[in-house]
Amino acid sequence: MVDPGFLHFDTLELHAGQRPDVEFGARAVPIYQTTSYVFGDVERAAGLFNLERQGHIYSRISNPTVAVLEERIAALEGGVGAVATASGQASLVLAITTLMGQGAHIVSSASIYGGSRNLFTHTLPRLAGITTTFVDPRDPEAFAAAITDDTRLVFGETLGNPGLEVMDVPEIATVAHDRGIPLMIDNTFATPYLFRPFDRGADLVMHSATKFLGGHGVAIGGVLVDGGTFDWAASGRFPTMTEPYESYHGLRFVEEFGTQAFLMRARVEGLRDLGATMAPQTAFYLLQGVETLTVRMQRHVDNTRAVVAFLVDAPEVAWVSYPELADHPDHDLAKRLLPKGAGAILSFGIRGGRDAGRRFIERLRIFSHLANVGDARSLVIHPASTTHATMSAAELEAVGIGEDLIRLSIGLEDPRDLVADLRQALRASQRG
Amino acid sequence: MDLTVADKAVNVGTGGRDHTGGVPVVLLHGAGMDRTVWQFQARALASHGYDVYAVDLPGHGASAGPPPADIEGYADWLVGFIDAAGIDRAVLVGHSMGSLIALDVAARHPDRVLALVLLGVAAEMPVHPDLLAAASADDHRAFELVASWSHAKAAHAGHHPTPGLWMMGSSLRLLERSAPGVLHNDLAACDRFGDAAERAAAITVPTLLLLGEHDLMTRPAAARPLAEAIARSRVQVVPGTGHMLMVEAPDAVIDAIVAFVDPVTGGSGAA
Ligand SMILES: Cc1ncc(COP(=O)(O)O)c(C=O)c1O
Repeated sequence: MVDPGFLHFDTLELHAGQRPDVEFGARAVPIYQTTSYVFGDVERAAGLFNLERQGHIYSRISNPTVAVLEERIAALEGGVGAVATASGQASLVLAITTLMGQGAHIVSSASIYGGSRNLFTHTLPRLAGITTTFVDPRDPEAFAAAITDDTRLVFGETLGNPGLEVMDVPEIATVAHDRGIPLMIDNTFATPYLFRPFDRGADLVMHSATKFLGGHGVAIGGVLVDGGTFDWAASGRFPTMTEPYESYHGLRFVEEFGTQAFLMRARVEGLRDLGATMAPQTAFYLLQGVETLTVRMQRHVDNTRAVVAFLVDAPEVAWVSYPELADHPDHDLAKRLLPKGAGAILSFGIRGGRDAGRRFIERLRIFSHLANVGDARSLVIHPASTTHATMSAAELEAVGIGEDLIRLSIGLEDPRDLVADLRQALRASQRG
Repeated sequence: MDLTVADKAVNVGTGGRDHTGGVPVVLLHGAGMDRTVWQFQARALASHGYDVYAVDLPGHGASAGPPPADIEGYADWLVGFIDAAGIDRAVLVGHSMGSLIALDVAARHPDRVLALVLLGVAAEMPVHPDLLAAASADDHRAFELVASWSHAKAAHAGHHPTPGLWMMGSSLRLLERSAPGVLHNDLAACDRFGDAAERAAAITVPTLLLLGEHDLMTRPAAARPLAEAIARSRVQVVPGTGHMLMVEAPDAVIDAIVAFVDPVTGGSGAA
């Protein structure tokens, strides 16, 4: 059988969405630092506004530099297209506002980024009466049981936070699709190098590009990708996709744009009206990261494995949680869904509890103590003494965060230096 | 808009505007695809004043099946569609398999056709045996081969003029939506149609052959016998594009259609 001859993943990291600039032949993606674009003739201008002609109008809605990033991430995820946003948080908001309105309902994994949880728990109910039921990410039946007639989205993260639960995307996708609901995956921790949710049944993917996609810790951004798989018309629950939209002369997105209905609506309504747009400079920074995603992610994973191997044997460490370890509850699932690696984030328990945790963090020299993940530099956080410092031990246990829990995001340094840094800080942590 | 042809529901896109009595333009998609390949042309042609009918062929998109087994069957269906729509004579714009359907109608029913625009057309459309075999087995590889070969090599890296749209993924997803067997039905119909140049000799209406410079499925040279056979034909090559030229270069295709159709129909609103 002949080979289709598609460009492969590593090539797309460098080339997707871009051809050398026609005017000057610039090989790198130029930064189009402009708010707006000259129309040419009046008929063409009208055609642009009516979504029939191609090009850019105003950089809140689209920009040539940002468009390269959008296409590139869509290519790497295997989707039909993407919309970049001002942050990962904005991608989640954009997906929700595009899909649903007043009184809708979301079923979400309970093990998600705290910012996503805040949005679901407090802001969406206040603004739009949109409520969320949180369920155990390891329990597909709980997802099924939580879906109601008002449910418009099932949501989870490839790798949960901080428990590193591996989402059984094929199984949960089936649960969602059986009820005519799309599944959206936050693929931030895995990146398309380690996992492509669309290949396993997800319909929408979001990224905090702030993390591994950018990889350098220099820019906040998000990307919302559509797999083009979900049949909005057949579901019958998505009037934003199927019913006339007065703001565009009664445009019905599915009728006109088929597999691209969601993306078109997200851009021409969501970016236009809500305005959480990515800046071209940001897209440029993020593109520098995406170009080396494969080599970086492989190194992140290799370093993580070296650190995990060290921690497992360290006497100061009570337990280590990483999906590749045999005692992790999702070990088999990780092997199946994440064969290239289970990411670069892990957690462990330090003997000596909250105080030892504090001493450990303060003694680290290479690991940076801060609230982020997915930087080229290694990062550490001790939730019990920082983000969750006001909680009692009992309250921490209730949300699955022990007093002893330390989360590491492993960077690209020489793994020998990372291990040496951890070793000396662990030793110091036990000298109360 | 929904119509019924031979008791079967037909889904028709009108480019986002109600018909206003303009020149009827029927857009015919290719094998295994649907009306949305014309998403930008449909809207632009409707804005221009034409009455646009972007049809889902039987068994494709949201139109009831089954698909006719051969090009003549599709052509007979199209005549039925033109009747059902209450159209006297229409401009037929066809892509790939759709171009053969349009060509066959123009050859056999010249009184129903105002003009022809044939995109990604060739006098013969033999289909690669591996592709036919994969399609026959409903093997996903068939979608991959069509998606790959349908785009110029440059398009494999994207850079779509519509911000954020990834062409290769979009074409693949569109083909994956086809019902089992439909792609094979269509490819086999193209393969069997044989030499279209003989039939094309009967075509009397103005005809534009709109070709992709780097089309691998229907190479520009393969359209030459048609250009010679059709008395009032013109050839236009869209630079840099492959077989999916209306997707790869939507604006250029819109401009080419309007520039050709307006003069031969006396302008968009004049029918
Ligand atoms: C998994 C995950 N999703 C979403 C976000 C939000 O992204 P951003 O900070 O880019 O808005 C974060 C940020 O920490 C995250 O870790």
